[in-house]
Amino acid sequence: MKTPIYLDNHATTRMDPRVLDAMLPYFTDLYGNAASRNHEFGWVAEQAVDKARKQIADLIGASAREIIFTSGATESNNLAIKGVAEMYAEKGNHIITAATEHKAVLDTCKKLEKNGCRVTYLPLKGDGLIDLDMLKEAFTDKTILVSIMYANNEIGVIQPIAEIGKMCRERGVLFHTDGVQAIGKVPVNVNTDNIDIMSITGHKLYGPKGVGALYVRRKAPRVQITAQMDGGGHERGMRSGTLNVPGIVGLGEACAIAHRDMPVEMARLRAMRDRLKSRLEAGLDEVFINGSMEHRLPHNLNMSFLYVEGESLLMGINDVAVSSGSACTSATLEPSYVLKALGLGDDLAHSSIRFGIGRFNTDEEIDYVADKLIEVVSKLRELSPLYEMVKEGIDLSTVQWAAH
Amino acid sequence: MAYSDKVLDHYNNPRNVGSLDKSSASVGTGMVGAPECGDVMKLQIRVNDENGIIEDAKFKTFGCGSAIASSSLATEWLKGKTVDEALQIKNTDIVNELALPPVKIHCSVLAEDAIKAAISDYRNKQASKVAAPAAQPEAVKEQTVA
Repeated sequence: MKTPIYLDNHATTRMDPRVLDAMLPYFTDLYGNAASRNHEFGWVAEQAVDKARKQIADLIGASAREIIFTSGATESNNLAIKGVAEMYAEKGNHIITAATEHKAVLDTCKKLEKNGCRVTYLPLKGDGLIDLDMLKEAFTDKTILVSIMYANNEIGVIQPIAEIGKMCRERGVLFHTDGVQAIGKVPVNVNTDNIDIMSITGHKLYGPKGVGALYVRRKAPRVQITAQMDGGGHERGMRSGTLNVPGIVGLGEACAIAHRDMPVEMARLRAMRDRLKSRLEAGLDEVFINGSMEHRLPHNLNMSFLYVEGESLLMGINDVAVSSGSACTSATLEPSYVLKALGLGDDLAHSSIRFGIGRFNTDEEIDYVADKLIEVVSKLRELSPLYEMVKEGIDLSTVQWAAH
Repeated sequence: MAYSDKVLDHYNNPRNVGSLDKSSASVGTGMVGAPECGDVMKLQIRVNDENGIIEDAKFKTFGCGSAIASSSLATEWLKGKTVDEALQIKNTDIVNELALPPVKIHCSVLAEDAIKAAISDYRNKQASKVAAPAAQPEAVKEQTVA
């Protein structure tokens, strides 16, 4: 077993060697521009792009012509939300999203608010799920778009996407979902899930960074999006720019592998996640799972280790790559807004660790991480005045803290 | 984030972890910070009532590595100083000693506050002892966490 151990697969994933093999020829001999229609070089590149389009579409139950290539999910989210807001401005100006969306969605919405849109940010239930009754209440006759992520990047909670999509469909409102954490990990189908627009990225599913896609429905309803960059009119006029052929080939291959291996891989990752969870729960008291375990990605665990601060915990497990919801790890000095949106106190948010298990992890690594965490948490609790007070029977919520 | 060697050393081998009997008149306890801010420091001193010298200092800290290191260092510096000397310890001394980056300066501020709070608690206890001379000082009990 080699250290450091990578358990941060919600941030990015290691590229699958099979994906790299598929990409390599397109960096060297097969360098044509997919938009070159009058010679062999262009045709070969176009064929490769078409194959990838089909591989991506197959994974999500779409047709190849509904896939628009982008540079990644941030661009896809921007294009989807701004593109719809602009295209359907005459119909309405109201967008519904959720407080726990990725910043690429939230900050895009904030930008649109400055330009005259109205945005509703739905709160979440304590388990991280959208309250469908609140969503129902949020629709107005000006609502043009709902954007709710498929699965959350911190707590892995999977939203009731098909129900949300159905509610949108019934009201003639478009439904966009940021699918990056779910696609290739759990079954996603744009038809049974009633999705109109979906953001996809390569590097979260063992593909390359810097390439992504946007699924844009062509039928029932036919979705139109205003391009956000001007240029050669590539990708049905929605996204100009010479196609990143090697990246696109990699994204396609990553989707094909995920599609083929999904049932086996889901079961394997779930078993490792459950192993990690049960070992930690057996070895430590006062641990708390953030978000629903029932509606959750099989490879995600988000746990708060009470009375221990996240950054000091990460420092103690410095040969394990995970991330913390604690403020100290980031420049913002605010603990995770996702965990706060679940109603978690800042103390719990500061004590949280996100584990993202991936294709290349092993049981041996999981056991090592569990043992190491138990050791470090126990040590830090000996140092923790909070743990001492709780053990003395003091209710921390009754203490008057000198906040600073 | 990269930590200085001194922060790592205090984190890996924290000095003077533990608790002193907070009911003792010779012990001053300072508890500063708040869980929602991500750091709480408890710093305690035991003072020799005869000569005013801090004979022992203990801490427990919930916080990042720099907060742990700042309080660990503070206990090292406190021992052997008089209460008046201890009040001269400035957060900037801690910043310099541990090479704390700007985002961690609040950890050193918290440690300075904890020292001041512990001394203030000790002095209040001493003052009330003078006010009520009948009260017997309790035996100093020490609980140390291994």
